[in-house]
Amino acid sequence: MAMIALKLFDIAKRFGPTVALDGVNLQLGHGEVHALIGENGAGKSTLMNILAGAFPPDGGLMEIGGRSYAPASPLDSRRRGIALIHQELSLAPHLTVAENILMGLEPARWGWLDRETARRKTLEVLESFHHPEIRPNRRVADLPIAARQVVEICRAIAARANIILMDEPTSSLQRDDVAHLFALIRRLRQDGVCIIYISHFLEEVREIAGELSSVTNDELITHMVGRSVKTLFPSRESRRADEVLLEVRDLSAPPHLRQASFNLHAGEILGIAGLMGSGRTEMVRAIFGLEAAPSGTFKLRSKAIFASGGSPTLRLVQGLGYLSEDRKGEGLALALSVADNTTMTRFSSCSRWGWLNRAAQRKQTEAWITQLGIKARTPLQPSRTLSGGNQQKVALARLLHQDADVLLLDEPTRGIDIGSKAQIYQVIARCAEENKAVLMVSSYLPELFGMCDRIAVMTRGRLSPARPVNEWTPETVMLAAIGGEVEAGNIISNGTMEEARA
Amino acid sequence: MVAASTDQKSLATFLRGWLARLGPFLGLILVIAVFALLTESPARYLSPFNLRIVLAQTVIVAIGAIGMTMIIVSGGIDLSVGSIIALSSVVTALLLRAGYPPTIAVLAGVLVGGLVGLVNGLVITGLRVVPFIATLGMLGIARGVAKWIAGQQTVNVPQTWVNELAVTFPTPSWLLLAPGVWVALLLSVLTAIVLRNTVFGRRVFALGSNESAARACGIPVVRLKIWIYSLAGLYFGLAGVTQMSRLRQGDPTVAVGAELDIIAAVVIGGGSLSGGEGSILGSMIGALIMAFLRNGCQQMGWPNYIQEIIIGGIIVIAVAIDRFRHSRTFT
Repeated sequence: MAMIALKLFDIAKRFGPTVALDGVNLQLGHGEVHALIGENGAGKSTLMNILAGAFPPDGGLMEIGGRSYAPASPLDSRRRGIALIHQELSLAPHLTVAENILMGLEPARWGWLDRETARRKTLEVLESFHHPEIRPNRRVADLPIAARQVVEICRAIAARANIILMDEPTSSLQRDDVAHLFALIRRLRQDGVCIIYISHFLEEVREIAGELSSVTNDELITHMVGRSVKTLFPSRESRRADEVLLEVRDLSAPPHLRQASFNLHAGEILGIAGLMGSGRTEMVRAIFGLEAAPSGTFKLRSKAIFASGGSPTLRLVQGLGYLSEDRKGEGLALALSVADNTTMTRFSSCSRWGWLNRAAQRKQTEAWITQLGIKARTPLQPSRTLSGGNQQKVALARLLHQDADVLLLDEPTRGIDIGSKAQIYQVIARCAEENKAVLMVSSYLPELFGMCDRIAVMTRGRLSPARPVNEWTPETVMLAAIGGEVEAGNIISNGTMEEARA
Repeated sequence: MVAASTDQKSLATFLRGWLARLGPFLGLILVIAVFALLTESPARYLSPFNLRIVLAQTVIVAIGAIGMTMIIVSGGIDLSVGSIIALSSVVTALLLRAGYPPTIAVLAGVLVGGLVGLVNGLVITGLRVVPFIATLGMLGIARGVAKWIAGQQTVNVPQTWVNELAVTFPTPSWLLLAPGVWVALLLSVLTAIVLRNTVFGRRVFALGSNESAARACGIPVVRLKIWIYSLAGLYFGLAGVTQMSRLRQGDPTVAVGAELDIIAAVVIGGGSLSGGEGSILGSMIGALIMAFLRNGCQQMGWPNYIQEIIIGGIIVIAVAIDRFRHSRTFT
């Protein structure tokens, strides 16, 4: 452990006005597993991308094995023995498992593929995981999601990397695979490979830390979190009105969403926790008519509505508003102005007979810009030119402008700076005060605990009953999310994951 | 029960895979069968004589489709093919007229195509212009250059072996098919093997399937794209030489709209415009489907516009089938 494998000194990176990294120092020995934890947007993924050569740092120095390291491209970083396992899957769906695992390192002679060697190498790395359905010649598109993640991990191993960066590698893994991954990490460590392991889940990090003696809790980097969470959330008293605004019964949209039932009261913030891919997003999308939901009913102000056959247009009229987790993909029309984006769902507020009154549109938007503290020079500025946090505020402004009664918020503060977060929390709290009902999906537990009146947990497509927030602890939420059952604070395990836990 | 449903699923996947592979074949057989039944003399439509005509007619589209398949599989597109064909045919004709040896003239024609492809690749990667726009621009530029160097006239050429490349009835007669057809066949087999069995070929597929994954895996994406467009350009250049050979003159106004026929051949043959899918065999069959359609319509004495309507319809149907397959595979 004496040899230094990787050394980072004073790494800094900013994106526009957002400071992503502010002088990060890190030192790793061979065979060391280093866990990085921190909130969303704390800069973990930025650090990984810098290490993997996706973009250069603004300042600071890096060294690998004592030699200076400044990757110009992902290829460069791969040559220096770094492999990155992405949070989001990055596989080529049309290609086979073997081709994906060996992508960029295809065994060949004079440019001709050596298929037999490819097959052998693939089987070698697949050996660590017991997945009979992953055969070297299968097309990746035909594999289930969890199996694809395994392929992704195998790719890093196949590269014989000395330094493996794992960015939330377990986000779509089953419990068995997580155990296999941990076993693999232990083995890689014996071979002198060093691993940087990123996770949202303290529990998970503790588990590896417990198993790997060289990693003590002291070694966890917590300074990236180093912000006071106390002042982040507005103080709000839980005042749950009796009126049920939205009542959802047995909503299902297979395969991701199997069963969800809950009541959402006026003036309430209901939090939905759960792992990525557990069906949280699908539930919200099914309610809003963006995803086909073959069965289930819901009542809006006691008026029955069938889930099947819904469309976003209909839901908008019914008073539902939706904030997408995918801001760039479907949240905003980035090329359009702030004004167009803000008023898009209710052009009727500034038009007559189909003619847009641009002055009125501008004035209304200016009001929202002031109210939400959006940093935009003019309402006519293209949304693309705003920072992530301000874009998110624009998306939120649209919801407020629409004047929806029920707000469906999917990851409302993902990937935005801390100042914008605080402002968005205040806006959400104000909505609840105005007797709107808020459903908030989040991967960030402090946010759920800081904002919500009640929390329900989604596990593999099933939603737990909602409980008041003071009956939950972060640990019980986590446990429920990975498939244990929580009954009035007691932990009842079921299925296969209990043994590992018990 | 879970096992049963998995079996069913993999069976369905298996069937779909074969359907995707056989689809173009079935289409070709269908087209031939329909015209054989419609025409008064099926024997003539199906005769080796007519087959040779069809093959000689389709050789230009087929050679172009080989290059286009590489580009489309990689997730790109090239709209400048028709203009490259015209430019290369003019360059070959000019050199022949100037008295250069035929070999040099042919080589130059092919290389001009490669050069234009190289420029396309550089513009797409260096200036970050999307392929559609970059090659749309090249469509105008290459056509203009062709007219310019040809002096806005057709370029007549002396009698050389180049003129015999794409004749319907070759001499010596034991060749059976025109030399150009043999060359196209040889190149298609060669390229199919390269796409299947070389690192380059698999990286073309990887690039089209998921570009960011390819980049993250250290595949030199920029260099790869430049290679793909340049290589395809060589094929387009060869198509231009063949075009000159068929007309026996260099014509700067020839092959207008050829890019659409060539893209159609690739798409009918199972190529996906979103990349990652396509095969040389499929594209060749796609080219044949269109050639048999044209020939059948001519045999029936149907006017030109009927052919255009039918081929237009076939393209839409082929792409609709492609979309249908996608919606099943990626949900």
